[in-house]
Amino acid sequence: MSVADFQPVIGLEVHAQLLTRSKIFCGCSTEFGAPPNANTCAVCLGMPGVLPVLNEKVVEYAIRVGRALGCHINPVSIWARKNYFYPDLPKGYQISQYDQPLCQHGALEIDTDDGPRRIRILRIHLEEDAGKNVHDAGGGDSLVDLNRSGVPLVEIVSEPDIRSSTEAGEYLKALRDVLVYLGVNDGNLEEGSFRCDANVSVMRKGATQYGQRVELKNINSFRFVQKAIDYEIGRQVEVIESGGKVAQETRLFDAVRGETRSMRSKEEAHDYRYFPEPDLPPLRIPEGLVERIERELPELPRAKLQRFTSTYGLPAYDAKILVSDRPLADLFEKVQAEYRGPAKKLSNWFLGELLRLMKEEAREVSALRFSPTQFAALLQMVDAGDVSNNAAKDVFAEMFRTGRAPREIAQQKGLIQVQDAGAVEAAVDAVLAANPDEVEKYRAGKKQVLGFLVGQVMKAMKGKGNPGLVNAALKAKLGD
Amino acid sequence: MEPTDLSMLELGRKLASGELSSVEAVRASLARVDRFDGQVKAFLRVDREGALAQAEAADRRRKDGRRAGPLDGVPVGLKDLFLTEGLPTTAGSRILERFVAPYDGTAVKLLRAAGTPILGKLNMDEFAMGSSTENSAFFPTRNPWNLETSPGGSSGGSAAAVAARMVFGALGTDTGGSIRQPAALSGIVGLKPTYGRVSRFGVVAFASSLDQVGPMTRDVPDCAALLQAIAVHDPQDSTSAQVKAPDYLAEIEAGVKGMKLGLPREYFELPGMDPEVRAAVEDATRALEKLGAQLVPVSLPHTRYALATYYLVAPAEASSNLARYDGVRYGLRADGANLLAMYGRTRDQGFGLEVKRRIMLGTYALSAGYYDAYYLKAQKVRTLIKQDFVDAFRTVDAVLSPTSPTPAFRIGERVDDPLAMYLSDVFTLPCNLAGLPGLSLPCGFTRANLPIGLQVLGRPWDEARVLRIARAFEREHDFHRRTPPLGVA
Repeated sequence: MSVADFQPVIGLEVHAQLLTRSKIFCGCSTEFGAPPNANTCAVCLGMPGVLPVLNEKVVEYAIRVGRALGCHINPVSIWARKNYFYPDLPKGYQISQYDQPLCQHGALEIDTDDGPRRIRILRIHLEEDAGKNVHDAGGGDSLVDLNRSGVPLVEIVSEPDIRSSTEAGEYLKALRDVLVYLGVNDGNLEEGSFRCDANVSVMRKGATQYGQRVELKNINSFRFVQKAIDYEIGRQVEVIESGGKVAQETRLFDAVRGETRSMRSKEEAHDYRYFPEPDLPPLRIPEGLVERIERELPELPRAKLQRFTSTYGLPAYDAKILVSDRPLADLFEKVQAEYRGPAKKLSNWFLGELLRLMKEEAREVSALRFSPTQFAALLQMVDAGDVSNNAAKDVFAEMFRTGRAPREIAQQKGLIQVQDAGAVEAAVDAVLAANPDEVEKYRAGKKQVLGFLVGQVMKAMKGKGNPGLVNAALKAKLGD
Repeated sequence: MEPTDLSMLELGRKLASGELSSVEAVRASLARVDRFDGQVKAFLRVDREGALAQAEAADRRRKDGRRAGPLDGVPVGLKDLFLTEGLPTTAGSRILERFVAPYDGTAVKLLRAAGTPILGKLNMDEFAMGSSTENSAFFPTRNPWNLETSPGGSSGGSAAAVAARMVFGALGTDTGGSIRQPAALSGIVGLKPTYGRVSRFGVVAFASSLDQVGPMTRDVPDCAALLQAIAVHDPQDSTSAQVKAPDYLAEIEAGVKGMKLGLPREYFELPGMDPEVRAAVEDATRALEKLGAQLVPVSLPHTRYALATYYLVAPAEASSNLARYDGVRYGLRADGANLLAMYGRTRDQGFGLEVKRRIMLGTYALSAGYYDAYYLKAQKVRTLIKQDFVDAFRTVDAVLSPTSPTPAFRIGERVDDPLAMYLSDVFTLPCNLAGLPGLSLPCGFTRANLPIGLQVLGRPWDEARVLRIARAFEREHDFHRRTPPLGVA
């Protein structure tokens, strides 16, 4: 027996920060990177006597997520307290939702080797984030930063429908794309605004009963998710194969060692003593709110992907990259609308020059200096033969840096190709006269000499000859 | 006549006419504090400078013709769980002994807006858990009517300060009777408003679904006036109702003619009820009958479960509300070798016995495996108790009962018997569980000259009628005008 004889069963719990300007239960800013405890007030510090007041924007954002994932939005949901002691949890409890969450019963479609698959969403609920403990800050003390305390989160819990670590990765990427598309999350794993726990179990292939599940925590990158799950699958299979039993426990992924280790056993598991939050009335969704939010939902990544392949005839590979960033996809559509040439050609420019320069200069779409019109104009210049493809790359780079008009750049750099047939003919005549041997060879059947002759003409024209015209003129003169 | 013999509204009128100044009123109050608080021990902190400065400001407003309202310049006290910016707020606990509030709570802000100088912070059972003020971490407060007895609790400091005329009125909080029971035992008027009537923002929480802020005064019109000042919707408290408060004084003198007043038979059949209390309350109900009310027997069958229900719901919420006192951010922090030790020692040293008892009780009631049998079941019974009142209020306008089954008891008498102590609140608890307004007013005295309280319970948001019933009785009697025998040799 080996890992291949076992079927992994995986469910993911994703905590995603909602990009509201203020916290979920007070007016403090949610901005990342402020000095420690700068974004705090009596409420998110858990002072005596404070009470939570719900930020309604948070509910709208969560409904967006819920509807985008096809969830039912419960007209009434209940706030609950999750009680535990930790220095980063100022009230000694987290306000969350428990047995009546805001959203239930949705799904997210992902791509797998066997085609698309639906991963069901069990529930999505709202909660407040905790602060952050800072250890080894010097002096042997641990310090607490409560800037994050009270930042709004949605917890998105999948059904155990995921069957491999690869699928888990696909699910997370797809989920992140949806959240980012909705404008409710920045998809940043490193800053902790998108976090993931995994429930992993294995069963023998063909079995119907799930194995004992283990909860994995602290998975902070897409790469780690797959590594952690694969390690855990291997570990569980080994336990079973050696005649043991998988224990119910919570394990921590150690990214440095690439392994999971036990954090707490079933006996040490917290009893969170959930009960309905008496400081907040049940969350009632006003009539018409869900419908309004639904009307305002943007086109989601998978729908856009479909449209990019069908409407523009782009290869799936290209479409996927373009669609992975909503502003990038929007830019593509704007440029294409003005360019009207072959979409694949534009896509090549996006995947090549544009993304390369954006990466090199760490520039986001929103910060680009040139307009869609300018980008379209450049492509039209190429198509018209006004600039060569290679020269256009130079022009594009300059346009990227300065936002100046492409024709102006091409003219200034002297990259406009000579379209005058007379000038081309004169240059061809001169080259042919100067290279009688090569002309002989060509006529004798050594057709590859043409390349050399083209090069000579281009050189004579200082690179500004239109290659098409040069080719045609040469062939005509050589009697082809 | 001393200025301190005046009611809040009477003093307010004299301040308005210029016959007295607020500074004089504050000085007169402080003089009584100096004279009697060594015996009564109602105050945890007297803020002389602050109160005098606020009084001077009130006097200036009057001179400028900008009086803030009928209570502008009238000195009051606060139970020590109202957060007051810059002043210590201890909630009667060691764990907050050195805690200075960083902000004013909503009720305090409203009082400041109404212009009442705040004379100081008043003693209480730790975290409002108790019925005698003996659970204060600092010292017990004594009943001005008999210094060997308790003023009741948990708002015992507030009740004693008002009864001893050291303040003209005070704010308390009532989770299971903590305003009404001490009001009854100290011979003053105390009102627990409808849940949601007064903001809880800036009040140290005990049990969030039961806590309510209310006035404690010498007579019923003062009670109405003080309620008026604080009965304002507060967007900072999500359980604060968006119900506009009526003018509570407008019809306070309108009498009870034609009203139907319910007498719950279960409340009068309690074994262990003091016969003098029963007799005085029955006399009071007959007095109201003579004034034109119709007495109607009603049944509140689930009352017998109120105590058990309360002692699951309140400790459960308290166990969570008190989790924040962990030594990390403010208040007491004991040394510990590691985090767990620090938590344990801080809370062990910081909390008193009764608080620990209730945290244990509440933690247990919410635990996995017990939640359904205890907390959830208690919530279901709570619904039945609420329904009892809904049914009763179909036929009657208000319900009358004793406030406490006994008059003031001796200090030390019940400290070792929590169940006997809990029974002090048996008549007041159902009102909190149902979220109703309830008022206690003096309705007689025992042969030993201890006050007896009559409780009036009303429909939700019907404080005006409760006050009107109380006023109808008060007008015909002089119990509220009697003064405790302080300073009498």
